[in-house]
Amino acid sequence: MTQGKKQCGQGVDVKYVANLARMDLSGDEADAFQRQLARVVEYFRELQELDLTGVEPMAHAAVIENVFRADVPRESLPRDEVLRNAPQANADLFVVPKIVE
Amino acid sequence: MDGWNRLTAHELVDRMNRRECSSEEVVRSVLDAIQSKDGPIHGYLSVDPEDALAQARAADTARRNGVSGRLMGVPVAVKDVLNVRGQSCTCASRILKGYTAPYDATAIARLRAEGAIFLGRTNMDEFAMGSTTENSAYGVTRNPWDLGRVPGGSSGGSAAVVAADEAIVAIGTDTGGSIRQPASFCGCVGLKPTYGRVSRYGLTAYASSLDQIGPMAKDVRDAALLFEIMSGHDPMDSSSLPEAVPAAGDLLVPDLKGIRLGLPAEYFVSGMDADVERCVRHAVQQCKDLGAEIVEVSLPHTRAAIATYYIIATAEASANLARFDGVRYGTRATGANEPIELYKRTRAEGFGPEVKRRIILGTYVLSSGYYDAYYVTAQKVRSLIREDFGKAFSQCDAILAPVSPTAAYQIGEKSEDPLQMYLGDIFTVPVNLAGICGLSVPCGFTGAGLPVGLQVIGPALGEMIVLKAGAAFEKVSCAAGRRPGLM
Repeated sequence: MTQGKKQCGQGVDVKYVANLARMDLSGDEADAFQRQLARVVEYFRELQELDLTGVEPMAHAAVIENVFRADVPRESLPRDEVLRNAPQANADLFVVPKIVE
Repeated sequence: MDGWNRLTAHELVDRMNRRECSSEEVVRSVLDAIQSKDGPIHGYLSVDPEDALAQARAADTARRNGVSGRLMGVPVAVKDVLNVRGQSCTCASRILKGYTAPYDATAIARLRAEGAIFLGRTNMDEFAMGSTTENSAYGVTRNPWDLGRVPGGSSGGSAAVVAADEAIVAIGTDTGGSIRQPASFCGCVGLKPTYGRVSRYGLTAYASSLDQIGPMAKDVRDAALLFEIMSGHDPMDSSSLPEAVPAAGDLLVPDLKGIRLGLPAEYFVSGMDADVERCVRHAVQQCKDLGAEIVEVSLPHTRAAIATYYIIATAEASANLARFDGVRYGTRATGANEPIELYKRTRAEGFGPEVKRRIILGTYVLSSGYYDAYYVTAQKVRSLIREDFGKAFSQCDAILAPVSPTAAYQIGEKSEDPLQMYLGDIFTVPVNLAGICGLSVPCGFTGAGLPVGLQVIGPALGEMIVLKAGAAFEKVSCAAGRRPGLM
């Protein structure tokens, strides 16, 4: 699993990353992405030619800090309306495959 | 009279207030246009005629009872990424097939409070990832000016239905150009407001530090009207700006005297289509003739914007789209025996290729060992891009630029080459990275008869200057009010 940690060499280890993203890929998809993303990542490396000494990273477009609201209960969406969009629900719960043996 | 569908929202509200037409007639005329034209264009994913007519009759009753609203009885088309209570919201993805929005997005609620009618959902690139609307899970949208070409994207459906008079106005979203570029490709007006102006509550997130909701319209005045209505602070979006929104009211400036417009050298580079350059340069001359002073400005980090954008946007997307796991909403893969398998299969089945590609890329740039090399580097370059604009706006009030290096291209022309596709976003992504505002307004046509847009870029909270410049230019633009002839 250390394969994906090699420094910027042969591009993206697509299968390793797909596992991190919790997303299966077909063999054809993985091959195509491997090829396409190698070019994109190669292009990204242009940024490393810029002199960034002393430049602060910009995390967000708007300069807003610490937005607080009063910690009081508010009305939320009705439970039945929320569960209506669930792929599988039982009474008032989302149903998922068994997690704990 | 027929042809209400061809009018603007402000014209229709005036006429309905004078009782020259009813909302029901307006909605019928739009529904007729959809019926006759949308087959080949496919700008809409869904339309509910019965519901739209019921909303129209309610608006007519309200008007008779003396209720006023700045959009009372005007139908609005909405990109399929915004929640409208009781309507589907698929983000043009298989993974959200069958999803029904349980609440209104704030922007939608504000339009509704002014009497707007929501008659249909417009097509888009899946989760707003793309520049052509070819990445929809429900089929491509075609450009009304040439059905062999793309309408642009990701708000391509919204642009196409406005251009084809299948809508009066539409709502789009812009993360890296997704309002301005399709507006340019389809010959309509599109505004990307300053980051934080319009609340993102109820917008399915793609890249949260870049996403903005904005209007797509037939003229600048309508764009200004919708912008004013949708904008303003919302406690439901902690990134929404507290600043008051100026009244869009009187945009009717007679000329551009006293306004300084910057021309960035880096936006007129080799690789730009000759017709696009001719149209934009002509528009610059027209602005000069209107009294504007034209000054040279420099945005030296423009070239770095594409890489910066595709690192930041995909990183944010990889986190935002983690919520689509087959548990709380959307589709679910069958046959999985444990949760991880459920997530993996659901996402494999539910997402299309471009979304998967961007999730992989975003996960990669955030992964251990690469985070500093890509993500932090991109954030630093983002600072430089913002500084570039800050310096430029110390020399000018707004910037004139092309929207895209080319006019609309052929369907399929770039879909096999993601990097080439990404490079087309060079003139729009810097505005999102800097968090500032930009307007696309029709300025001419290529030799092949395809629309070309002029981009007017303003500083943060500078929408009024951008809209005024756009409105003044629109009056002299040869492209204003022109509609596709093939219909």
